[in-house]
Amino acid sequence: MAQIPLVDYLVLGDDPYLVAQECEDCQARYFGRRSACASCSGTSFRAVTVPREGTVHTFTIVSLAAPGIPVPFVAAVVDCGGTVVRGNLVNVEPDPQHVTLGMKVRLTTVPVGTDAAGTLAVGYGFEPA
Amino acid sequence: MAEDVWILGISMTKFGKHPNEDNLDLASRAALDALADAGIGMKDVGVLATGCLTAGSSAFGQLLQKQIGQTGIPVFNVANACATGATALRVATMAIKAGEADYGLAVGVEKLSGMGLLGAQGRPAASDTWTPEGRVGAVAALDGRVGTENMPGVFAQIGLEYGQKYGNVSFELFARISEKNHAHSTLNPLAAYSRRFTLEEIMNDVMIAYPNTRPMCSANCDGAAAAVVVSDAVLKTLSLAQRARAIKVSASILTSDPWQEACQVLPDVNTLTRAAAEQAYEQAGVGPGDLDLVELHDCFATAELVHYDNLKLCEPGGAVDLFNSGATWRDGKTPVNVSGGLESKGHPIAATGIANIWEICQHLRGEAGQRQIPGARVGLAHVIGLGSACGVHILSKPYVRCSSA
Repeated sequence: MAQIPLVDYLVLGDDPYLVAQECEDCQARYFGRRSACASCSGTSFRAVTVPREGTVHTFTIVSLAAPGIPVPFVAAVVDCGGTVVRGNLVNVEPDPQHVTLGMKVRLTTVPVGTDAAGTLAVGYGFEPA
Repeated sequence: MAEDVWILGISMTKFGKHPNEDNLDLASRAALDALADAGIGMKDVGVLATGCLTAGSSAFGQLLQKQIGQTGIPVFNVANACATGATALRVATMAIKAGEADYGLAVGVEKLSGMGLLGAQGRPAASDTWTPEGRVGAVAALDGRVGTENMPGVFAQIGLEYGQKYGNVSFELFARISEKNHAHSTLNPLAAYSRRFTLEEIMNDVMIAYPNTRPMCSANCDGAAAAVVVSDAVLKTLSLAQRARAIKVSASILTSDPWQEACQVLPDVNTLTRAAAEQAYEQAGVGPGDLDLVELHDCFATAELVHYDNLKLCEPGGAVDLFNSGATWRDGKTPVNVSGGLESKGHPIAATGIANIWEICQHLRGEAGQRQIPGARVGLAHVIGLGSACGVHILSKPYVRCSSA
């Protein structure tokens, strides 16, 4: 089945990974394109691979969300070797007994849905390592 | 050095449900009350700055003029998320400092009753064919799939981030901050909600985004606030009665986010608040220890904790100890949110940044009634608009009151 990533900074394959755009002048990292670097205004970027493993920098367990969003879910910010990534925590019970600050997690993929052409959209999340 | 600016008149409507008044009615009432409090009329005003994010008009100030007085003066319609009211006041203050006006009027209003969860747009139906869009080439809405964009969740993460850095935060700690503000609100007749909650009630209420339950979130409501500012030179020509109630704007600061790695994925409300506080203390010539009361932006209980630290009410990392010491209760060393804060007073977005200054002025004037902080001489008002914009104002008791007492 054909697949498409949920976001363009997710690279699918046998070992999926995230790609950041790194400023060639100051090494600030971004997901998604920037007109210029928010840190130094440099305009040259290179793609860099983000480590797949990280620790939970902060999180929340969302119990009330906009219509159409399944709850509860764990939203988190994960520190992947110095690059900070936003994503959901998956494959873990969404309660404060199972989700803790500083817990070790690793990148995984999550199916989003299939379109009329049969293409599967695939997102990412982090699961306990 | 530009001359001093004073608040000559200030007002806020009761926050809550105002089903029979629209944004213009509420803004008019606040503006006319502030003018009456100042002892001047619309014909005296040289600059008008207004904010209303839900007005549906980019010329709300002009619509307001049609209700209270069209005098041909320049109007600045401002928008800066939850810092909109503070921004309007900042604009009026800048005009006075620049010498372009003798009197300025700043007005903020919002009608939010029944608006529900802010910051979440819902998810559009999936398209027939996945098509990458936007700056990250997303094929579907990301809220709920790549973290959360809803405000209770964003600020929950901001509170727990403080715990990750310094330790000792807990669900109960944040609930006790909310308990304090709801207790304070019982003395404020203008608060949208003025019921005291027990800690158990707060912790057992509906969970919105852990660790924020419903009473730990700011209350959507209707309300308006307005302020009249005047130059030092003009104030000197006014009556003793007007001078005696004038409050000095000892600092008026607005900042935005300086670049930080982490703020690219989670809003950083800390760095710009710390910068604003530092500039405000420098401009006012006072320190955190001089503050008799603080109104800070407790849009969520988790936010109040981090702002103790950001506003330097404690040493870095000391916010939990500060709260546990009782210092931020109304009988403590540095009372915080004696109005009840956004969690109980309410948060009609564009009104908030002026309403918190109104609260400080009430105490500095000795007119806060049953919730008066005795002998208050210096106060600080803080707001954050996510994105971000931070407004910090330091207000001081008038010297004329001392000399004429």
